[in-house]
Amino acid sequence: MTDKLSQSADKVLDHYTLFRQPEYAAMFEKKKTEFEYGHSDEEVARVSEWTKSEEYKAKNFAREAVVINPTKACQPIGAMFAAQGFEGTLPFVHGSQGCVAYYRTHLTRHFKEPNSAVSSSMTEDAAVFGGLNNMIDGLANAYALYKPKMIAVMTTCMAEVIGDDLQGFIANAKNKESVPADFPVPYAHTPAFVGSHIVGYDNMIKGILTSFWGTSENFDTPKTEQINLIPGFDGFAVGNNRELKRIAGEFGVKLQILSDVSDNFDTPMDGEYRMYDGGTTIEETKQALHAKATLSMQEYNTNQTLQFCKEKGQEVAKFNYPMGVTATDELLLKLAELSGKPVPASLKLERGRLVDAIADSHTHMHGKRFAVYGDPDFCIGMTRFLLELGAEPVHILSTSGSKKWEKQVQKVLDGSPFGASGKAYGGKDLWHLRSLIFTDKVDYIIGNSYGKYLERDTKVPLIRLTYPIFDRHHHHRYPTWGYQGALNVLVRILDRIFEDIDASTNIVGQTDYSFDLIR
Amino acid sequence: MSLSENTTVDVKNLVNEVLEAYPEKSRKRRAKHLNVLEAEAKDCGVKSNVKSIPGVMTIRGCAYAGSKGVVWGPIKDMIHISHGPVGCGYYSWSGRRNYYIGDTGVDSWGTMHFTSDFQEKDIVFGGDKKLHKVIEEINELFPLVNGISIQSECPIGLIGDDIEAVARAKSAEIGKPVIPVRCEGFRGVSQSLGHHIANDAIRDWVFEKTEPKAGFVSTPYDVTIIGDYNIGGDAWSSRILLEEIGLRVIAQWSGDGTMAELENTPKAKVNLIHCYRSMNYIARHMEEKFNIPWMEYNFFGPSQIAESLRKIAALFDDKIKENAEKVIARYQPMVDAVIAKYKPRLNGKKVMIYVGGLRPRHVVDAYHDLGMEIIGTGYEFAHNDDYQRTQHYVKEGTLIYDDVTAFELEKFVEAMRPDLVASGIKEKYVFQKMGLPFRQMHSWDYSGPYHGYDGFAIFARDMDLAINNPVWGVMKAPF
Repeated sequence: MTDKLSQSADKVLDHYTLFRQPEYAAMFEKKKTEFEYGHSDEEVARVSEWTKSEEYKAKNFAREAVVINPTKACQPIGAMFAAQGFEGTLPFVHGSQGCVAYYRTHLTRHFKEPNSAVSSSMTEDAAVFGGLNNMIDGLANAYALYKPKMIAVMTTCMAEVIGDDLQGFIANAKNKESVPADFPVPYAHTPAFVGSHIVGYDNMIKGILTSFWGTSENFDTPKTEQINLIPGFDGFAVGNNRELKRIAGEFGVKLQILSDVSDNFDTPMDGEYRMYDGGTTIEETKQALHAKATLSMQEYNTNQTLQFCKEKGQEVAKFNYPMGVTATDELLLKLAELSGKPVPASLKLERGRLVDAIADSHTHMHGKRFAVYGDPDFCIGMTRFLLELGAEPVHILSTSGSKKWEKQVQKVLDGSPFGASGKAYGGKDLWHLRSLIFTDKVDYIIGNSYGKYLERDTKVPLIRLTYPIFDRHHHHRYPTWGYQGALNVLVRILDRIFEDIDASTNIVGQTDYSFDLIR
Repeated sequence: MSLSENTTVDVKNLVNEVLEAYPEKSRKRRAKHLNVLEAEAKDCGVKSNVKSIPGVMTIRGCAYAGSKGVVWGPIKDMIHISHGPVGCGYYSWSGRRNYYIGDTGVDSWGTMHFTSDFQEKDIVFGGDKKLHKVIEEINELFPLVNGISIQSECPIGLIGDDIEAVARAKSAEIGKPVIPVRCEGFRGVSQSLGHHIANDAIRDWVFEKTEPKAGFVSTPYDVTIIGDYNIGGDAWSSRILLEEIGLRVIAQWSGDGTMAELENTPKAKVNLIHCYRSMNYIARHMEEKFNIPWMEYNFFGPSQIAESLRKIAALFDDKIKENAEKVIARYQPMVDAVIAKYKPRLNGKKVMIYVGGLRPRHVVDAYHDLGMEIIGTGYEFAHNDDYQRTQHYVKEGTLIYDDVTAFELEKFVEAMRPDLVASGIKEKYVFQKMGLPFRQMHSWDYSGPYHGYDGFAIFARDMDLAINNPVWGVMKAPF
């Protein structure tokens, strides 16, 4: 024990420096050798190498039961996200209370914003007798304390397993005057053991529309010039929804976003805490029935909802997280077709500027190999954009991806010579992707914060472009959709490429001849 | 002692005003959880560890969070299966910063998420068969795994699966401990029952079924760290002090812990408990069964650290007692420098705390060491014995809130305007929007460690940077 301490008031060492000091290094070594009874360093090294092999990949892909590091969450968080895009709406999650703590935490860590939702806090007795009383008391409390304009009810798997009936329970609670009879309480059953968060999103939007539009078909409602748009579960919703509204403004079309979280998930700091902010109003939601069309920005988030809109006599169109030049073209052409207005010159100018930027930088992306993972629509949108850049999407993976999705991705790949080495992996997880990257190397990974473990293991640089992003701040405030969004995505990709080149050419006198000032 | 100046707010009146917003039935129930500490009171005067009221936005989690998230999850050389639907494991994946050293995916799995990803057919036909397969696949793909735990999610207990039978069968088959944990989220009223269930699972499935490692040689100085989850390295900056005074830490529960350390724990001479709430159960069991005494300690802030080191040393011989004094003296100049630097910037600042089951009392003196004052504190999932242990830390006039609702905390903070709110991620941005400095006191706001002398320097620096950042000054627009 020397008298010199590593820690000091002058220069406070954080965890990432403190524990590298010799006294801690010695302590770790002693703990390991004397108390942990672990495997030998040689054995660990051998197994580590084995996990990178073709043989291991085969075993890994033979898995039938265990799921490791999936790219999906469960239905209720998607439903909660959907509900939070409506004005003054409080999500009410019927079932165990811990779930809500988890959803709020997850969304908060990404958006760096408060996230409000309540639980009916069911426990053992409710498991036996059902959660009716929890619904009755819960709605009354939530209504009294949080003064919402609407309470959107969804379920945890506990309530689903015991078979609680939301429609009946809500009616019962209204009879008991938990909330006024005419107070909107839309609902959706959102079992965690079916689909994932994107299905929950779909269920909740459909639930909300159903409660305002009615369940029976009514083709003959008079249609207006309005176009509805459903964004889907999107970590970049703050930037993207605002960009969509800007585009609609340029166009002069009446675009109504159904579930717009952009203000609710981006409130200012000015001394006042806003529990609710912005969002699609109840009146707008009602009126949306009369729109001539509904667009979905994410097909796999809206299967049932779009079908429902169709039944209401609306024209529908679906996109797959439209990113890049041609995907944005398609969106604008659809808006032009539906509105009868030409694409405005201002947007054409933006397009030209985006293409110009791509041309300026294409050399750095041409032929670069990428792994892409995330939700099904994101993967399609990202793959299309990469192909436009002359990059090669190689491994495209989504735990929520189906066989149909795999075919859809394959079709996108088949449409470009740059897609020749690409393959889609539906229903697979990030442990599968680890094997894929070790056995068939790529230059970059596009995904979310969970991908940092892949980056650490494979040394392939990660670009964070989809939910959740916990360890980088504020990117969600910038759009990824539209020409402007595509430019943002382009810059993110390029920055990572340049940082990577710099980091691998910075050894003085050895590699720094390539440490170029101009790239 | 009473709070220095709290005259601007009539806290008792405030509590009544806040309660007014509730429907009558809930108002009556919530009233029992809120109190203003009186002089000479026997305890904090609040009810605790009872069900949360539906619809009020409790901040609490569930039993699964208490078992998988808190107790079991940090054991690094085991794989913990989130058994049931995909969400629970997904949301708790890498959420708590339980630091460990190991080759993740090869001999350690702390920052990975394993789930049986239940589908509808598993709910209808039962998931035991799938669980068999999950364990087989884990053992094949991760041959160096030293044990497997099955962390039950809500559906498991509702559909009547027999995970204990699966655990017994698979354990025999793979020759490694397989531990079933009945921590379904609907059990109990908070994370707390999950801690208890997890402790009991260690008792029944580790202590009863395994032995301390052959060849383990005891010394008279063998102790354990129980109830330190090594958040941001807390257990490490604690362990180093215990080793410096001449003790041998044979096990860490459970931050950076291993199966072997759990198995060897009954060899300890004394169990040292930091988080009493989550691990007193196993300490009491070991006292009863193995005659191992246990002692609570507090490594937050220099006053408590010195007191704790002396109390711990008092259980051993003179050599250890001398060492403790030497260690305290060794760190004193650094502590003095930290206080000299930060106290002038923090003196008199008021803090409101709301955390889990230990820190609402344990961090109080660390704030006091910096001249700060606690004007409100409360727990998510404490029991009565925690509130009894809280009283001597806080002063008369302190507002106490148990299982506070988002509504109540917002109103209390709004009225009392502390200089700092110390709570969790769900609360953080609410109060920052109000213009109030905030520190997360579960995750240390991604900083830490906060335990030990090394941690205190970081703690002091962090409180200063939160309170004295210039951002608060530009909040109001000049127009």
